[in-house]
Amino acid sequence: MSTINYSEKIPNNVNLGEDRTLQRALEGWQPNFINWWDDVGPEGSTNHDVYLRTAVSVDPQGWAQFGHVKMRDYRWGIFLNPGDANREIHFGDHKGEKAWQDVPGEHRANLRRIIVTQGDTEPASVEQQRHLGLTAPSMYDLRNLFQINVEEGRHLWAMVYLLQKHFGRDGREEADALLQRTSGDENNPRILGAFNERTPDWLAFFMFTYFTDRDGKFQLSALAESAFDPLARTTKFMLTEEAHHMFVGESGVSRVIARTAQVMNELKTDDVQKIRAAGCIDLGTIQRYLNFHYSVTIDLFGADQSSNAAIFYSSGLKGRYEEGKRTDDHILKGQTYKVLEVKDGQLVEKDVPMLNALNEVLRDDFIKDSVAGVGRWNKVLEKAGIPTRLVVPHKAFNRQIGALAGIKMSPEGRVVNEIEWAAKRDELLPSSEDFAFVASLMGRVVEPGKFAGWISPPVMGINRQPVDFEYVRFG
Amino acid sequence: MDMAVEAGVIKQHLIDPEICIRCNTCEATCPVNAITHDDNNYVVRADICNGCMACISPCPTGSIDNWRTMPLVRAYTIEEQLTWEELPAELTPEELEAAGVSADAGDEAAAPAATAPMQVATVESVETIFNSAQYGATVPPWSAAHAYTNLFPPKMPTTATVVGNFNCTEAGFDSETHHIVLDFGVVPFPVLEGQSIGIVPPGVDAIGKRHHARQYSVASPRNGERPGYNNVSLTVKRVTEDHQGDPVLGVCSNYVCDLKVGDTVQVVGPFGASFLMPNHPKSHIVMICTGTGSAPMRAMTEWRRRLRKSGKFEGGKLMLFFGARTQQELPYFGPLQSLPKDFIDINLAFSRTPGSPKRYVQDLMRERAADLAALLKDGSSHFYVCGLKSMEEGVVLALRDVATEAGLDWDTVGASLKREGRLHLETY
Repeated sequence: MSTINYSEKIPNNVNLGEDRTLQRALEGWQPNFINWWDDVGPEGSTNHDVYLRTAVSVDPQGWAQFGHVKMRDYRWGIFLNPGDANREIHFGDHKGEKAWQDVPGEHRANLRRIIVTQGDTEPASVEQQRHLGLTAPSMYDLRNLFQINVEEGRHLWAMVYLLQKHFGRDGREEADALLQRTSGDENNPRILGAFNERTPDWLAFFMFTYFTDRDGKFQLSALAESAFDPLARTTKFMLTEEAHHMFVGESGVSRVIARTAQVMNELKTDDVQKIRAAGCIDLGTIQRYLNFHYSVTIDLFGADQSSNAAIFYSSGLKGRYEEGKRTDDHILKGQTYKVLEVKDGQLVEKDVPMLNALNEVLRDDFIKDSVAGVGRWNKVLEKAGIPTRLVVPHKAFNRQIGALAGIKMSPEGRVVNEIEWAAKRDELLPSSEDFAFVASLMGRVVEPGKFAGWISPPVMGINRQPVDFEYVRFG
Repeated sequence: MDMAVEAGVIKQHLIDPEICIRCNTCEATCPVNAITHDDNNYVVRADICNGCMACISPCPTGSIDNWRTMPLVRAYTIEEQLTWEELPAELTPEELEAAGVSADAGDEAAAPAATAPMQVATVESVETIFNSAQYGATVPPWSAAHAYTNLFPPKMPTTATVVGNFNCTEAGFDSETHHIVLDFGVVPFPVLEGQSIGIVPPGVDAIGKRHHARQYSVASPRNGERPGYNNVSLTVKRVTEDHQGDPVLGVCSNYVCDLKVGDTVQVVGPFGASFLMPNHPKSHIVMICTGTGSAPMRAMTEWRRRLRKSGKFEGGKLMLFFGARTQQELPYFGPLQSLPKDFIDINLAFSRTPGSPKRYVQDLMRERAADLAALLKDGSSHFYVCGLKSMEEGVVLALRDVATEAGLDWDTVGASLKREGRLHLETY
């Protein structure tokens, strides 16, 4: 590591070549990162040359450089969006003051916690997805999976940079710990629940990238407002990459639906068994996957009432989604927001102080965005003349966090008893039989331009390449 | 691109709503804020998009790379784009013809290219087209000095001697710009700030005809680059590529940039009787320029500086908006920095600084809206725009927006600026 050419090997715009302290910290951490990648990164991919988009700078041309590279040689870089020396804090108690370039002592613990929690999700996704390369439905999809994997890796670097640069020894220890926890490990799991769930098949992967990476979009957007300027600038740049992950999810599910609709029309049937026999995923199964991933993901936003959320906002650590576009006072004291609770067996709304409900505000922003995308999936069905529509379940459905945790709820938002829940559970969430069926379809298709029978080809290739382009060259 | 506008046709940039995932990357990337959204769609404003293509490669879906040849008057408004569920088909040749556009017009005139920003006339609504040129004055300010023109018409050039030639941009950069000083000896050649002269390059063109003269704005004030001498200076950029970005050697610019001290050149002119500065000592001057469009601004600034030094000046404001690709390519960057802040209010925009977002003069004008609004309200203010044609629309639009936001009626303000010789557009 000592002879490394930092600008070549680790493209960055943080003056890494001149920062000896940061170099030393990274030199300690980077070999461990590579070991982690080799141990729990994409399985069996070491010799593939993958058509990847690599960021080499933050301008539009610079961060979208395409070429075939080995994932291990991907240039995980450190990028911050360009800064504005006069940027002001635009919400919370410090509104109007100059944004912080260093961590204020009184917010050190909270900021570290926020960065560690965000950072922990990045390697977790890679771990959750490590087996999927073996069952890719096409070379195009395989490439997209790998692109996501390397970018999640880069997002880990982004958070590790902040920890190492701004949090001294604690930061270095936290950076090391990010490589020690493992998704689903009983003794040392990832911090957030959804990141310990399995991603057993490609439908789950598409749902995960649609919903859970969209959670990433909203969390990153809220952090991009932060008064701690390096965090704001880092997360802004991460958002540009996160978009690809959501694209893989949205278009992936859309292509599954398109193929199912095509087969339903060819066979002129909506009989689940016939559709399954034809090698397609029936719409009921897709709906159950949706119910599961949606409900697990909205738990990621945290408890519906949270004093931490209030502290994070008032102290300027974490804003709201599109904070700058909102027209209120950006301080929010004395305002209220409606959250749900169950009273006498009924869901009811109650007003709580806005500042304490900011997790719910962000969750509701996410819900609106998610629902719009599900509407776009329904357009595929509509165009194919299929009357079925996918729906997002009630936000109280299948929740494990907050006031609604553990309450049995129908997708429509009706409180149900344990018996009814148990009787209907397999209609609402994927059953072991559903998982087994979807798993049975997962065979590897990697010939250029060929696609597994349960998914349609994409509308267009990556970077205007043809769909049958050789996206992955197997070494 | 002017051809495109003249032909009444644009290549309109559109986003395919069926493929777009509403990730916001394009809106976050667009350097000119041409992209907006509602809960339904992401859309491109035809009047702002300059076809710079910065949004194309960052888009994860490819949905943003859609273009439609449209008659200008029928360009899709953002309101209709927001309601779309799918992209409309290309207009048929018959439909284009019915709108008065030949079917191949789009191919000839309006293909988007990163090197040649597409600046289409603004479409405010289907009916009204914003035409920035209509606001340009053809009369000089009332207090301008009288200008002599055509003392040496194209058929009767005079001879000048080169007495200075140096690179006024940072050496080693693509766009090399020279500051040339020409001396007329005892031959009368009076010029005012804002006028131009013509230089006739020696030799003949490909078909054996003598080269025609190329015009350059005078960069020196009325009493000479060297005060009291009969000389003028010019700002000449060495042309190495055409508007499409293809390599080409400028006939005259290379000749002028390569001139040595002591060489003689054939000169015609002077030209121009309206782009002239006010003499009134309380008049304000707002100068908006790019690249070598800075020449007349330098002339005016230098004249004001000399007046100020001699105490003949009563506090009219000078405000400069100056755009270049990078700081290194900005002519006179060094001398500009040494001007006192209380003498001139300088705003620099760089569109290609690595690691920084693109900034154009109109972006800076919007940032300085409060100051510009005050100047727009003052009848002593004069506005000068000089540079590439592609900047004109954006600059006048920015002025219009500043006026509107300040509660002024642009139609009234724009009309009086024109009538009173207070808004001058010199773009090429």
